[in-house]
Parts: sequence; C-alpha cells; structure tokens
Amino acid sequence: MIPRATAARLPRSGHRRRFLTDSEVAGVLGGLVAVSLIFGALIGPQFFRAANVELMARQTVIVAVAALGMTMIIVSGGIDLSVGSIVALSTVVVALVLRSHGPAVALATGVAASAVCGAVNGLLITQLRVVPFIVTLGTMLLVRGAAKGLADERRIEAPITWINDLLRTARDGRGLLLPTGIWLTVALAIVVALLLRYTRFGRHLFAIGSNERTARLCGVRINWRKFEVYTIGAALAGLAGVMEFSKLSVGDPTVAVGLELDVIAAVIIGGGSLLGGKGSVVGTLAGAAIMAVIQIGCSQQGLPNWVQQIVTGTIIVGAVALDRWRQVT
Amino acid sequence: MAEAVSPVRDVPRFEMRGVRKTFGATVALDGVDFAVRSGEVCALVGQNGAGKSTLMAILAGALKPDAGVMRIEGDAYTPRHPLDARQAGVAMIHQELSIAPHLTVMENIVLGVEPTRGGILRRDRIRQIAVAALTELGHQDIRPDAIAGDLSPAGQQLVEIARALASGCRVLVLDEPTSSLTHGDVRTLFDLLGRLKRQGHAIVYISHFIEEVKEVSDRFVVLRDGRNAGEGVTSRTRADDIVGMMVGRALDDLYPRSPRASGEAMLTVEDLVPGSATFTLHRGEVLGIAGLLGAGRTRLLRTIFGLEAVQSGRIRVAAYSGAATPHDRWRQSMGMLSEDRGGEGLARALSVADNLTVTRLERLGLPWPAFTVLPSRQDAAASRWIDRLAIRCAGPRQAVAQLSGGNQQKVAFARLLHHDVDVLVLDEPTRGIDVSSKAQIYQLIDELVAGGGHVGPPRQSGGEATARRVGADRRVGPKAVLLVSSYFPELLGVCDRIAVMSRGRLGPARAASDWTEHALLMEASGARAAS
Repeated sequence: MIPRATAARLPRSGHRRRFLTDSEVAGVLGGLVAVSLIFGALIGPQFFRAANVELMARQTVIVAVAALGMTMIIVSGGIDLSVGSIVALSTVVVALVLRSHGPAVALATGVAASAVCGAVNGLLITQLRVVPFIVTLGTMLLVRGAAKGLADERRIEAPITWINDLLRTARDGRGLLLPTGIWLTVALAIVVALLLRYTRFGRHLFAIGSNERTARLCGVRINWRKFEVYTIGAALAGLAGVMEFSKLSVGDPTVAVGLELDVIAAVIIGGGSLLGGKGSVVGTLAGAAIMAVIQIGCSQQGLPNWVQQIVTGTIIVGAVALDRWRQVT
Repeated sequence: MAEAVSPVRDVPRFEMRGVRKTFGATVALDGVDFAVRSGEVCALVGQNGAGKSTLMAILAGALKPDAGVMRIEGDAYTPRHPLDARQAGVAMIHQELSIAPHLTVMENIVLGVEPTRGGILRRDRIRQIAVAALTELGHQDIRPDAIAGDLSPAGQQLVEIARALASGCRVLVLDEPTSSLTHGDVRTLFDLLGRLKRQGHAIVYISHFIEEVKEVSDRFVVLRDGRNAGEGVTSRTRADDIVGMMVGRALDDLYPRSPRASGEAMLTVEDLVPGSATFTLHRGEVLGIAGLLGAGRTRLLRTIFGLEAVQSGRIRVAAYSGAATPHDRWRQSMGMLSEDRGGEGLARALSVADNLTVTRLERLGLPWPAFTVLPSRQDAAASRWIDRLAIRCAGPRQAVAQLSGGNQQKVAFARLLHHDVDVLVLDEPTRGIDVSSKAQIYQLIDELVAGGGHVGPPRQSGGEATARRVGADRRVGPKAVLLVSSYFPELLGVCDRIAVMSRGRLGPARAASDWTEHALLMEASGARAAS
C-alpha cells in the first residue's frame, strides 16, 4: 500500500509529526485559543467578526515584528532591552527623511539606522564582554536620547505617503484582504522561521544559546554570530518602528517606552527561554497574539487597564511555570 | 618531619570499618577501613577511580554507605546530609575553594554559624572568632576586614581552614589542597599542617603527589579498585613501594592493536608555553600524554586547539602555523574532544543530530544556497553514526541529556568522525563511561590510526550522500591521535609513544614499550624527585 519511496523519507515525516505534537508550540497555541474563546464567550460572536480579528492582528504586528528579532536573540542566549528605543528612533528617522525623500528611502533609512544600533550592541557585547542585559540597558537610554536629540524633543510631522497605509485596509477594496503590514509580518515570520530551522546561522544560534562553550569548541564563530543576530534583531525592531510610524503618522521620540518588555513577554509566552537554546517563531507569534487578544478583549469588555495588566502578568508567569513543570515531569 | 608523632590514644579520632558502596552494578567501595588519630596527618592515596572521592563523600555525609560503621571518638557517626557532618565536626577543604568572594574574611569564617543576639549580628563577636581562628593558624597577617575575593588562592584556602577551626572541627579533610598553590604557598601550608597536628588535630590529606605525601603525612592508606591496598608509616616506606600498592595489576586485553605505520608530521609543537611542550605527532600514531589531574594537560590541549592563548612557542598543524581559533582548527582538519562532557563537550539540551553535525553543516543543506541546512539530512547523517557506533538512543532527535554517559561520549566522538578530521585531540575520552563503551572507543582509535584511517558508517544502498562524500574526495590516510589520560593502563594499551606531564611541564615522548605503569606514575606524581 505504502509506496517504497515513502519509506526512504521516513525521517522527514518524523519531523513533521514531531513539530505538530511539539508540546511547547501546542501549549501556546492552545493558550491562544483558550484566551480567544473566553473573550468570545464574554463579548459575544462579534468578537470574532473579521473587522475585529483584523484589529487584533494590526495590534499585534508591531510587537510581533520586533519579537521575531527578539526570538533569534533569546534563542542565542541573549537579550535586547533597547528595542523600544530603537522603535522610537526609527519613527523619528522615517519622519525626518520623508520631508526630503520618498517613502522607500525613508523606510530603508529607518531600518538601516536601527541596524546600526544593533551592530553597536553586538560589538559592545562581544568586544567588551559585558553581558547583553547591561549593554542593552545602556543603549536603551543612549538610543532613546539620540532619538530625542534628533527630533529636538518634539514630534516630527511628515507628509502622508503609502507608509501610512501599511496597517490600513484599503477602503476601495484594493489590496489583499488584509493590510500590507500584516502580510509583511507573515512573510518575515516565515523568513525568520526558515532562518532558524534551515540555515547554519539558525543552528549556530541554538548551539550558542544551549551551551556557548560547546559552540566555541565546535568552531562556531560566536562573536560574529552574536554581531549578526543583534544587527538583524535591531533591523526588525526598526521595521516595527516603521509600522509604529504608520500608526502614528508622526515621528515620536517618546513612543514605545517599555515596548521591549511586551516583546520579551511575547517570546517567553511562546516558549522561549531566557537561558537560551529555546524559542520558536510560531510560539512567539502566538504569544504576541495572546497579549493583543487580552488587550482588545479587555477594552471591549469595558474592563479597566489594571485588569488587563493583571491578566497579562498572570499569563507570563503561568507560561513559564507551566514550562518548568513540563520539564520536571 | 614524621618524627614528631604526638601521644596516640587508643580510640582513633575518626574511624570507618567495612564501608561498602555500590552504584548500580558498579562496586565503588568494597569493605574499606580507614582511621585517623588525634595529632596525625594521614594520607589517603590511590589512582583516579580507586574510590577516594566516594569514601570522602561518605565521610562528609553527601553519600550514604550501603554497609559499614563510622565512629567519631568512639561515638556512632551516621550523617544524613552534609550539615550533619559539619555539626559533628567533619570539615572538608576541597580542591575548588568554597568561599564567598564578595564577603569579608571574618564574614566567611563565621558563614552559616553567625553569632546573633535577638536576630542581630554581633559584629564584635564575629571579629573575635575570626581573630582567634587566624591566630591559631599563625596568620595574623590576614586582616578580618579584607574582602575574601581579593586574597590569593593560598589566602582563601587559609580562610577556609580558619572557618573549619572556628566551627570546632574534629576531623579536617584536605582534598588535593596544593593544586592551585604556588611552591612557596605549599611550603606555608605544610608548616601550618604541622602546627595543627601538634595542637592535636586529626588531618586527612588526599593527594596524587607522592612527594607531598612523603613530606607531610605520618601514615598513609592506599585504596585500589575500592579496596584497601596497603598502609604504613610514611617515613618507613619508600615512594616506590607506595606507587607499587597503587598500581598492583597487569594490563588487560582491552586494547586492540593493528599494524600501524607512522607517516608525515601532522602536528608540530615547539617550546609551547603554557605546558613547556615540544613534540611532533605523525599520521598513523597515537601519542599519549600522561599526567595527573591538575598537571596542566588540559590547558596544553586547549592551547593547541585555540581555546586558550599561546604565551610563547609555535604550533604547526599540517601546513598551517600561526594563531588559530577553534574555527580555524576544524578547517585545518583538527578536532577536539573535551574532558568536560556535560559542561563543554555537548550541548545537552540539543539533539543527538545537532550535536553531532554542528561542526560540519556544509553539504547537509540544499544544493543552493550554500548556507542552508536540512534537519532531515542532519538526521540521516547522524543516524548512520548512531548505527555505526551503536549509540543507544531513541533516534537522532533525542536530546543528548537523556543518554547515558557512555552514549553521550560516543556522540561527542562521532562529531570528530563526522567531520572526518585528520588530527584527533582527545582529552580523557573514556572518563566516567562504562567498560563496553570504553572498549569501543579503544577499537575506534585503533581503526583510525591503522590502515586507511577510514572509519565510515555502513553505506546504505542508494542513500543520500552525506559526510562520507566529503571524506571520499579527500586523500584518505591514517589519522593522528593525541590522547590525554590519567588512566595509565589505557595509555600503555592504546598509545605508540607517551610523554609525561607533571607540574605544568611536558617531558620528552618515549615509545610506549619503554614505559610501565609504575614508571608513568613515578614520573607523573613527582615520586622520582622524592626518592
């Protein structure tokens, strides 16, 4: 019955099976379903209407795009606290460049400026041998200050371009059902997932995060990999900044304060470990979605902000506790 | 030095009778007797794996004996955990010092037994205790307010001994206390032990170094394979005889040996510091480095492999010379097996396949682009090594941490085979693994250096090309193996030439047939210098 060719490909199908039954990913997806159902039950069927789902997706993208980079960084055993500041810097840079250039140039400059911040993080971490937490705590303030200086501590007005439409569904029915920004996020998520799973870079990140000494023994160029991952991570944060700009339509150096914590939380809820060596794109996206569902669900239910914070906090602690418990058993 | 034996009471300060301990099927201790009296230093000697550590772990309350009795000053002593041992007056000073580096000397001395009044620390009392303990040691030069982490290793060790005295210890156990000390500091420590002995303390001194044992101890007890293998009064026994008791057995037939032919030089080391090493390693030979723990063998290997800095001297790997990182070494076709399997050798949370293929992910991806890796091909490559080396695991995706020690080691070894390196640098490849895995590793080493040096997985008909194709288009010759071990029978069985490392210096390499286990141990433990 089974063709012979199938037998030869057994290892691969074994993979797929393992991925679907992967308890971590299954756990966080289950959590997402549970949270959605709870709010669905509280609010009613309109919670699942297309417009509402799209609202939640839009809410998710900024955190999600930055969290894609953070997933890679956390997998490698690092952390980046400067993400929120980089998002703010990116909005400012985009707004400034838009005054004199086109939107494509503005987008590229914003992302490039952010990547430079990440490169600096990477250099400081690998050359000074200071732990990432401290380095990025420093650059969090540095970049925030730079953004404020660049913007002269004001909001930067900018002309309206297609960047402003990134998170908007085209009203005339053009476009692909969902806003471009959401499609962009999905595409990036696929790229990062492939990068983690199917490239040497990705396998090296897992090796470094799992045991840096082993990675060194095995000839992984650790400094180079760290430099890469912080640069890419910050570039993605820069792109999240472009999305933020799209939402605000001004460059604001004071925006996204504390965003890094949401981003880290998304990765952790999604099964990432701050000790490194663990994390997945699907998990991270689900983690980001869980937070957005809670946020929107709570506000539509008319629950005050403090309830939302307590629920989110409970979920973060619960996710980590559940993970610990699963490891023990 | 051993003349000043103080009056000996009939009841020993501490004694163990018929202590037995098994781990699964392995008998670690088989009815061991050990005793130490007041006012004496008793040395406990034996090769690695003789059972010294197990015996001391039982004494310290970290392990429970299966049978046997222990008494302190005639009273039954049955510690349930290390705290019991401390309260009973058993103080252990380990090789790795356990001080809190950010606290002051006096805080360290009273650590865990801080005197308080109504929950408030009594700083005056702490100072008194610390000063008293340091005075007893004759080291008033150490300030009680100094930060412990600022002291030298010798100073930190003194703080630990002071802590033991302050807690009113009745048996003081020092485990390899000189391994991190300079020559002058060793002198000071020995003077101190002499003084403590005269004050009536009972001291157990564990060491590999026969010269130290000769110098510092009054009596010695030899363990071998978990049994008592002799004891005596140190001053009346020759170093040679102590070594004889430690060795005491012949080579077994564990070591296959195919005809080997030494070929071109693969690794040339000249005047390398650290290690003061000069040697050449050829294709088709196993060069052994014998030495005890702490002799500097691991540091030498790590320096050769680019994990630690070269202070001076030259290393040439085949045609390459100059500074190199581990990354470069792998590219120069050299691979290293770490002695620290869990901490460095393997990423324990990652899968067998990831661990095995990480150094050579090239050619395990799509034909294009080159940076891709397909997990299915990693698995396929790993599966073949799993078959070839009979690694017992649920499959290539199982986490390495779930494997037994022997199977973990085979995964680490298979990494070198998968990479198909020409020079294998093996640091304690058989430490802590079962006998059948050991035999298999000896067999592999022999296959590598003999004949074609081609240890390949069994080919599967029509299987995908994996690492073997990488190897196949290179010139295949016998490999070169550099093997470090503190288990001398293994070195004698596996190696063609052996050099001995002692106190950070590597001696000249001689043919394995010119060595005996006895001679190696004499050289490595510095007993030659002592007798």
